Amino acid sequence: MKKIVIHPITRIEGHLKVEAIVDNGEVKDANISGTMFRGIEIMLKGRDPRDAVMITQRICGVCPEPHATASVNAVDDYAGLTNKIPENGILMRNLILGTRSVCDHILHFYILSGLDYVDPARVLEYNGSDKDLNTLKYFLRQGYSKPFLPRDEIDYKFDAETTNAVVSHYIKALDIYRKAQQAATIFGGKWPHDAAIVAGGVSQQLTADRITEFMWRLEEIVDFVKNYYLPDVIAVAKTYSEYLEIGKGCQNLLAYNSYRTKSNGSYNDTLFTGGLVNNIDKYSEININNITEDVTHSWYKDSEPLYPGEGKTEPAADKKEGYSWVKSPRYNGEVYEVGPVANVLSTYLSKRDPYIKNMVEDAISEIGGNISNMYSVAGRHLGRVLSANIITDQLLDWARELKIGEPTTVEYDPPADGKGIGLCAAPRGALGHWLNVKDGRISNYQVITPTAWNASPKDKDGQPGPYEQALIGLKIKESQSPIEILRVIRSFDPCTACAVHLVTPKGNLIGKYKVV
Amino acid sequence: MNTKKSTVIPVINIQGQNCTGCATSTLCSEYPSIKNVLLQDIIPGFKLEFIFHPNIMTASGNLAMEILENTAKEKGYVLIIDGAIPTNDNGIYCITGEKDGRKSTILEETLKLAPNALLVIALGTCAAFGGIAAGNPNPTGAQGVGDIFLTNKIKTPLINVPGCPPHPDWLFGTIEEVLTKGLENIQLDDFRRPKTYYGKLIHENCPNRAYFDEGKFARKLGDEGCLYELGCKGSITYADCPKRQWNGRTNWVIGSGAPCNGCTSPEYPDFVGDFYERIIDLEVPANEKKVKIQKKIII
Repeated sequence: MKKIVIHPITRIEGHLKVEAIVDNGEVKDANISGTMFRGIEIMLKGRDPRDAVMITQRICGVCPEPHATASVNAVDDYAGLTNKIPENGILMRNLILGTRSVCDHILHFYILSGLDYVDPARVLEYNGSDKDLNTLKYFLRQGYSKPFLPRDEIDYKFDAETTNAVVSHYIKALDIYRKAQQAATIFGGKWPHDAAIVAGGVSQQLTADRITEFMWRLEEIVDFVKNYYLPDVIAVAKTYSEYLEIGKGCQNLLAYNSYRTKSNGSYNDTLFTGGLVNNIDKYSEININNITEDVTHSWYKDSEPLYPGEGKTEPAADKKEGYSWVKSPRYNGEVYEVGPVANVLSTYLSKRDPYIKNMVEDAISEIGGNISNMYSVAGRHLGRVLSANIITDQLLDWARELKIGEPTTVEYDPPADGKGIGLCAAPRGALGHWLNVKDGRISNYQVITPTAWNASPKDKDGQPGPYEQALIGLKIKESQSPIEILRVIRSFDPCTACAVHLVTPKGNLIGKYKVV
Repeated sequence: MNTKKSTVIPVINIQGQNCTGCATSTLCSEYPSIKNVLLQDIIPGFKLEFIFHPNIMTASGNLAMEILENTAKEKGYVLIIDGAIPTNDNGIYCITGEKDGRKSTILEETLKLAPNALLVIALGTCAAFGGIAAGNPNPTGAQGVGDIFLTNKIKTPLINVPGCPPHPDWLFGTIEEVLTKGLENIQLDDFRRPKTYYGKLIHENCPNRAYFDEGKFARKLGDEGCLYELGCKGSITYADCPKRQWNGRTNWVIGSGAPCNGCTSPEYPDFVGDFYERIIDLEVPANEKKVKIQKKIII
């Protein structure tokens, strides 16, 4: 038995550590911990509920827009505005969340994960006329190599031609990311941390030229998703086909409804259908009252698992069983994975939309697998690009529905006391905000992020969290930082600032623990 | 094979209590684009070489920490820090990584890397002043880099580039100005912010200024008029957002009909009251001498 520690895991959001117990080239046990803590929910107490929409975006600068969405949904819910938001407000929120989520997926596949699958140093052998590749080649020929080198051993498998193609798409992705964020900023005001998402709607006023500008900016983004991103994910899935079986995880999926869409004249439907998926392809509806948080192996005083709206958490940082600041969200006491695969499969298996059904089935047949292969490292990448594809297909329609000259917000006139819940499909999966207000100020605020579900530690029944389950049994080639472990972890697209912020100690004292 | 023609400036970017928003903002730099910055000379004859950046580097774990350890022994690099530095309980609330089983906090890394740097840039309001991480009641004792320098008597030149997030031009423009004019010729304000970008109030260049002067104030979001009554902090916030605009000039906060949060200010997010309520206890336009300073700032 040997312990491998990888800390930091780079090319993710935030500070993450993996500890793996390895025997004979196989991971026997794994502990995941987030290593940065701010306590943002503590800062929210006593503030104006509307401020939460701005403050919670600062939980994460990679995915601020889903926090704005979940938070504004919670504030609207508390203020009784959910069914009063003007159509323009609903549509602009969809456009902001949708466009930025597509950016996020592109960022994850190319900039964060890409170097696990393609070797940019091979561009030295390139002899073509692609401008970006020649810029990189010239960079390498002068003797530059950072930040691409040094690196641990990686078993790169693409041939030279595919490597060059994907590397040129990596460089193109940097441009597309910027351009797509610019498009979303037409409605959101600024990237990162949108200003225009406000209680009651979106503050941006609409003009024909702004809407048209957005539509034309979409063209290049749609082209990139369909003609670069999707084929590249399929190439990774085919070339690294062992990763269609590796990193299965807990194989229970959970998703929330997201992106309000019109059905029979009112906005009561959603693009992504929430729900649970068990036994690979069995869909059922979700009841969020069954969500609890367990603290058995988190640095808090032991208590029974609690519903997040009742969040009662007291830190106990020297607790012997504790190894993470992350709590363990569970559904009916069971471990669930969230993410684009969950959003896509939940929508697909609820079988309401033939277009999504065809898209998912075509992609699965293209990689030569079946639905069970969606529960894997490559499956998560595929789920992410399908999610991007589903969203990009809606953006133009949403933009067309915008009505110039009509209101974008409704006036905010909240009760003194109340509660609100806000849910959405973040790029990393199911995100929930729970808001309690007393005398017009926030009395309690709880967030359960996608990465909290996925990076959760073991619970009272000893069930490991989804990352941990995906690592246990993994065959690795032993090194300082085995690439197999990194590929599994990165396939979830970790966002640890999101996961670890969510501890809500009572009072101001966080408690102490010693550096070991 | 070593034919580097340009002067190479090694850059280390370490991250404290951050949200990675400083990085995603920087990633959207327009001219130079991030591709230009990573692969080409930022200005003719000068190449930034990112030897450590957690969001883009290939290496993880021990290997990544080795880079920091080796660099700390050398001199002649620029250190960029984003995110605040927690000081309670020996800084345990933010751990950069570990090497050979020994954990290292962002506080330790800062103390190790800052003294030998040519220049330290505190990127974003968290690194500059504590920012969101130090929001009331500041649960982890989060501080900006300047406070850490003061406590630990570090004399390395420090430039604050605040903003939540900072505009990418504020970072790269400052570096370009340092390379062009020399560090000693950069004009900083009392909070060590480059005057080029933070020299004027939002209010001074705001397109809604005429509304303010004639007393036409929006009463609810979406109305025409100055956003002062709806909580806009532009009258006490120093930044060039109205002129520079954001994300390829597609928009900016007040342009989107929303009030400025005052994110480049030392006391953000607490000192000026609620985001959507009129500024309290301050004259307009205020200057920072009238603002109650609660934190120590190196001057």
